[in-house]
Order: sequence, then structure tokens, then C-alpha cells
Amino acid sequence: MIWLDTLVQGLMLGGLYALFAAGLSLVFGIMRLVNLAHGDLIVLGAYLILGIGTVTGLNPFVAALLALPVMFALGWLLQGALLNRVLGEDILPPLLVTFGLSVVVQNALLIGFSADSRKLPVGPIDAQSLPLGPVTVGVMPLLTLVSAVLVIVVLNQIFYRTALGRAFRATSDDPVTAQLMGIRPRSIFAMATGIALVVATIAALYLGARANFDPSIGPARLLYAFEAVIIGGLGSLWGTLAGGLVIGVAQAFGAALNPEWQVLVGHLAFVAVLLVRPRGLFPRAND
Amino acid sequence: MSALLEIRGLTAHYGDFQALFGVDLALERGEVMAIIGANGAGKTTLMRAITGIARVSGGSVALAGRRLDRLAAPDILRAGVSMVPEGRRLFPSLTVEENLLIGAHARRGSGFWTLARLYDLFPILRERRQQPATALSGGQQQMVAIGRALMSNPDVLLCDELSLGLAPVVIREIYAAFPTIRDSGTAITVVEQDIGQALKIADHVHCMMEGRITLSGRPDTLSRDAIHNAYFGVHA
Amino acid sequence: MGKTFTPLILPLLVLGMALVPVIGSRALVQDLFMVLCLLVLALNWNMLAGFAGLVSVGQQAFVGIGAYAMFASVILWGMDPLAGLLVGGLVAMALAVPVAFFTFRLNGAYFAIGTWVVADIARLAFSQWKALGGGTGTSLPKGAAQEMLGVATVRGLIGGSKAAAVDALTYWLALALVVVLLLASWAFLRSRMGLGLQAVRDNALAARAVGVDPLRLKALVFLLTAFGTGICGGLLFIQIGRISPGAAFSLLDWTAFVIFIVVIGGIGTLPGPVIGVLVFYGLERLLADYGTVYLIVLGLIGIAIMLFARRGLWGGFVQRTGLDPLPLSHAAPAAPAPTRS
Repeated sequence: MIWLDTLVQGLMLGGLYALFAAGLSLVFGIMRLVNLAHGDLIVLGAYLILGIGTVTGLNPFVAALLALPVMFALGWLLQGALLNRVLGEDILPPLLVTFGLSVVVQNALLIGFSADSRKLPVGPIDAQSLPLGPVTVGVMPLLTLVSAVLVIVVLNQIFYRTALGRAFRATSDDPVTAQLMGIRPRSIFAMATGIALVVATIAALYLGARANFDPSIGPARLLYAFEAVIIGGLGSLWGTLAGGLVIGVAQAFGAALNPEWQVLVGHLAFVAVLLVRPRGLFPRAND
Repeated sequence: MSALLEIRGLTAHYGDFQALFGVDLALERGEVMAIIGANGAGKTTLMRAITGIARVSGGSVALAGRRLDRLAAPDILRAGVSMVPEGRRLFPSLTVEENLLIGAHARRGSGFWTLARLYDLFPILRERRQQPATALSGGQQQMVAIGRALMSNPDVLLCDELSLGLAPVVIREIYAAFPTIRDSGTAITVVEQDIGQALKIADHVHCMMEGRITLSGRPDTLSRDAIHNAYFGVHA
Repeated sequence: MGKTFTPLILPLLVLGMALVPVIGSRALVQDLFMVLCLLVLALNWNMLAGFAGLVSVGQQAFVGIGAYAMFASVILWGMDPLAGLLVGGLVAMALAVPVAFFTFRLNGAYFAIGTWVVADIARLAFSQWKALGGGTGTSLPKGAAQEMLGVATVRGLIGGSKAAAVDALTYWLALALVVVLLLASWAFLRSRMGLGLQAVRDNALAARAVGVDPLRLKALVFLLTAFGTGICGGLLFIQIGRISPGAAFSLLDWTAFVIFIVVIGGIGTLPGPVIGVLVFYGLERLLADYGTVYLIVLGLIGIAIMLFARRGLWGGFVQRTGLDPLPLSHAAPAAPAPTRS
């Protein structure tokens, strides 16, 4: 029974990691960009939701809705003004620019909000739980997992069912020929990063509502997210969800054995999956 | 009265290497122009320069009087020049139909070409529309590439080496579609190594060698010998 | 002029640096020790990322492993700290083998993530080592550093307290490491293997075609830099005297700063890390009272360099003046880089 409970907890945690990872996965799939600042941008999103909630008195769920367009615009600008300029054959410039950005965002938040821990006040829902067959699950963790699945479904719909998604895939396949179709890769990339930060805002909502956060926690969360993307198979959104669940379940079982082992066991699961399947669980055919 | 597509003194470089030396060409409305020449004559560079994929280092390209040579590739497409690139370059992640639809990404208003009309032109594509584009045979992929370029309803369609790597029967099948395309109001430029095919469909033929136009004329006025010399060089 | 100028000025510079413990204050010696250690780490990281194309953000793994191995040698096996340094370097290099086996499977940017995960695994694993204090860490036994081989000699040489002698000794070791690394890097990069490595960086396919095996070369660089980084880790923590997983495996201190140093000075250039560490030290002095602002400035400079001068200050200097006092190639100066459109 306790193992079943651990499994369910792990899946819920995995949902959170999948939310962290979904935006990364989208951006990597379209432009092969590894954004080392993604974790800090999620934390920035959490502070934005907190700020909107504090100023307006709105519930964090509503405040997050207001934060979505702001974060989209931020992502769009970030890609258009900065990241587009360093994309290319050489992987070093984008890595180092996003690394620099990570340091800048983290320390700017530290100046703006101090190192104190915060939490998004979601109200009574925070403590509620549901009996789900033989186990009891918290409403917030359950909502996190459901949101993660929804986000992946919606992203897949955008990717495979819309004109924008078609342009995403075409640009990802062959940016030069895409230009012959009248596609402007740079504005496609800006859209993609905008959408990635919309997803990051949803991740930020659950990050801030489930546990305390402070300006420094971005990089660790980013690491779990990257593990999810890599073991899922680069560029596969469903793979990213699966990857998140694997990391979450591994961490939950690790923590059940010994609280000090939670993160370690997650990392070891990452290494183990890659040793068995070097290209991840769901690799794309043409990569 | 200027031509629809007018190219004057066009030069292009790859680094220190000059690939085009002052090319002059004019394409009238409703006309089919063929550019023939051996490998490395500069034909593909010319196509890439017109469509904005390769940078122009001198001269001008104008469509109905509007300068294109300073525009980026997506804007040149929007202005009305579309290309079937060498090697087809279909998008492997997209189905046949999606490849056609992406051609309409920057479509300007309504025009003759629609999915339905393209499927009438190449009926096999209708059957295969849900398949990944790269699962098709070479000839069928070439049809997709042509259809994709037509979906923007261009004023000028540039075709780069359509027959490369295809069997003669397939080449004939593809060129059979050209009268319909021309009747839709699109002017056409084909770049070919297949001289016979080029002479058959073109109103005007230009031979290229070493980055220059070496011979121009109507197919019926050009002698075999003159073309041969222009193609292979006089000392051949 | 550059050809005669450089060999003369470098020994003079080193000599001047070597005199600091004799004439300078202890605070200055400790400050410059840190600068020299960062330079050692930067030279190693530059070799990895700038020349071998291995962009690691997990080099703190080898700093921590080297430091922990040194502590284990002293505390558990009763060795001299100086011998512990060597053990640290060797253990780091030995552990680099399985690390390479794993991370080399990851392509390009994901290699960076892989090394980061490995470093986090190392941090968490060493937190479990109860004999060395587990998660809270431990200190070197009282006097272990002061009884260290060579401290008495140094004391005889420059006088002062035992602690000052320890500072001087570690300082000289760090300086020696810098000199050895600079000379070794220079010799390596001009050797057949080093030229092959640069060929791989510039065009892997072409390099393979002329018989350079990129994987073996990269693996070799990975192991050697792990050795250098491990020794530096041990040396750092002899000075610091106290170890904990958080400090020994710090991403910020041992990798982030190092990356900024190399990027600012000029990645993929030999003098780059030296220039970078000077700028870094200057900025630190200037902004020491504004810790977070300092980091923001570093981040912004790093971004600006990547946008406007990818080869950093040194690369920009060479490009602008056409003068390269430390040429890595044997041949005539290469053609100017093609301009980007």
C-alpha cells in the first residue's frame, strides 16, 4: 500500500517536472536552443503572479491568467531581441548567453524580493485532498498533473493541427527552405519562446502554490526539467511528459527510502535510462 | 514598358569566388523561359540570388518595376516570386498536404491555385495526401514541390533542375503540367541540364557558362551547334 | 617585435608574482591565491570548451572530488596534504573515465546538462560520506596544514607565522600550477595533437577526413583537465581548511565564475583566461560591496561579449591590431575570418 502511495505521489511530482520541461522541449524541438535560464524564468513567473496577486488582491489562479500575456511578451522580446542573434551552428553563444541571463535574472530577483521564502496563497484548496481508490491525493498535486497532461495535449494540438505548428515544424526541418515559403524563422522562434514562457507561467503557478520558493531555486528545478526532456527523447512532447513522470517517481521512491536520497535517485534514474536508451524513450525519427 | 521580371547586371559572390558576372534577363507575362547550362555554370546561384537565399553583390532584380534585390527571402516570396528548389527540399516532418499548405503560408489574397486545383493537376497527390512527403517517389515529391511553390499564387515560378535524378517518363509527366500552370497566369523560368526538355517548352532559351549568359534566343532560331558551343564552351 | 617581447616579459611577470608573499600583506597573498586558483580552473575550462568544444557546466565535480580526496588522504589515511593533492588529481582523473563514458553520449548542448547532472550526483554522493562529515562537512585536523611538507622551509625563507608560511606555500603552488598549465597548454596546442584538436573544433568532418580521431582527442583533454581541476580543488581546500559538499561542489564559485572569466577574456585563446581573471578581479574589488549587483554585471558583460565580440577581449585585441604575441599556428597568419552577414 505504501508503495502504491509513493508511486502516486511520484506521478504528481512528475507532473510538476513535466510542466517545467514542456516549454524547454518545445523550444529545443523547434530551434535546437538549450535555454539555461528557463528555471529562473519560471521563478520570475512565480514572483510575477505573487506581485499581481498582492497588488490586486486576486487569487493566484486569476493572477496567473493576467501574468500569461506578460510572460508571452517577455518570451517574444527575449527571443527577438537577444536569442535570435546568437542562434547558429556554434552551440557556445546561446549556451553562454542563456547562462548569463540566468545569473542576471536570479540576482535581479534577489535584489527585488530578497532571499526570503514565499508561497502563493491559493486558499483552502491547498489543504484539500481526494480519496482516489486506495490512496488519498492532495487536490493541488492532482491539479498539477492534470494541468501537465492538458498542456502537453494543447501543445501537441498547436504543433500538429495549426498553421503555426506547421510553420514550427517546417522551420525546424529546414529554415532556409522555410524562408522560400514566406516564413520568417526569427518571428517563428519568437512565437515559440513566447509560448514556452506561457507554459512556464503555468509551471510557476504550481511551483509557488505547492511549496516555498525563493530567487535561488531556479537552477535545481531546471536540472530536473532537462532530465525529463533528455530521457523523454529530444523534441517529443509526450516523451517529455513521460520523462517528467520517470524523474518524479524515481525521486518519490528515493525519498521513501531515505529523505536525503530523493534527488540522487532521480539523477541515477536519468543516467540509467540514458545508458539503456541513449536517444531517450521516444526519439524522433529524423534527428 | 518593362518586363515582368527584369534582371540587370546581376553579380553574386561566395566569399572571394565570383559566381555571377553581370547577368541580364527579362521574363514577360505568360512566358516560359529556360536557362540551360552545365554543372557549375551558375544557374542555381542565379535562382538563389533572385529568391534572396544567396546574397546579391551587384546589379538589380525587379518584379513589375519593384526592386527585389535588397529584400529578404520571405519578402521576395510575398512580392510574387516562388521557387521549386533544387533537390525539392520537402519538409520531412510534414505530410503531403501539409507541405502544400505551407506553400500558402504567405498567400496573397485569393488566386487560381487551391488544394483542389492542385489535386486535379496531380491526382496522385490527392491519394497520398496524408502520407509523409518523404515517403513518396522522386517524381511525386517533385509534384509536391511544384504544388507547394504554386500555393502562394506567384507571378513568377522558378524551377531549379526539375528533371534531376528522374526517369524520362516521369519527367514528361511533370512537364505535361506546365501548359496548365502557364495558363493560370504564372510566368515560368526553368533551369535545366536536360536541353531537349527545355527547348520543347520554352519561349526563350538562355545558355549559361561560367556565370555569364553566353547565348539567347527562341528555341526555333537557335542551331544545335550554337547551343552545343554555348553549353560546353567553344573549344569543346 | 612581439616575438622577442613575450619571452622576456613573462618570466619577469612570474618573478614579480613570486615575490608577493615576501613583500606583500597576508591579505593580498590570500586574495591573489584565489585569483590564481580561478585562473587554473579557467585555463582548464578554456581547454575543454574553447579548444575541445566540450562545454561543461559540471567542472565543480572535479574540484569537489579533488578536495574530498585530499581531505580523505589526510584525515583517513594520515597522508601529508601535499601528497593528498596528487591523490586528488588522480582520483578526479580516474572518476573522469566513467563520467566521460556517460556524458560523451550526449550531443552538443546536452553534454552541458549531462556534466551538470554528474556534478550534482557527486555532490549528493559525497554528502553521504559520514567519515568526512556527511552533509555538514568537516575541517582539516588542527595543524595538518601547518605541519605540511615544505612549510618549515618556507618559514625559514621568509619568516613570519606558520599560518603565513602555509599561505605563501599554497600561493606558490598555485602560481606554479598556472605557469605549468600555461606552458603545457601552449606546447600542447602547437603539437600535432593540439593542432588536430583545433582542426576538429573548426571542422570535425574535415579533421576526421585527414585522420584526426576527435573522440579520442576530446577524451584525452577531458581526463587531463579533470586532473588539473582536481589538484586545484585540493589546493583550494588546503587553504580554506574546511570542506562541505555545498562549498566543494559549488556551481557558482568553481564553474560559473570560471566561465565568465574565460568568456570575458576570450574563449578559445590562450591568453584569454589571464586577461579574464584580471578583469574579474578588478570588477570584484570595484563592486565588492554590492554582491548581487556584481553578479548581474558579470552576467551582462558575458551576454554582451557573446553578442558583440565572441572571442572576448583578447580575441578583439588580436583582430583589431592584427598583432598576436602568442601565435598558436606555425604557418603564416590565417586569412581573415569571413564576415558574417
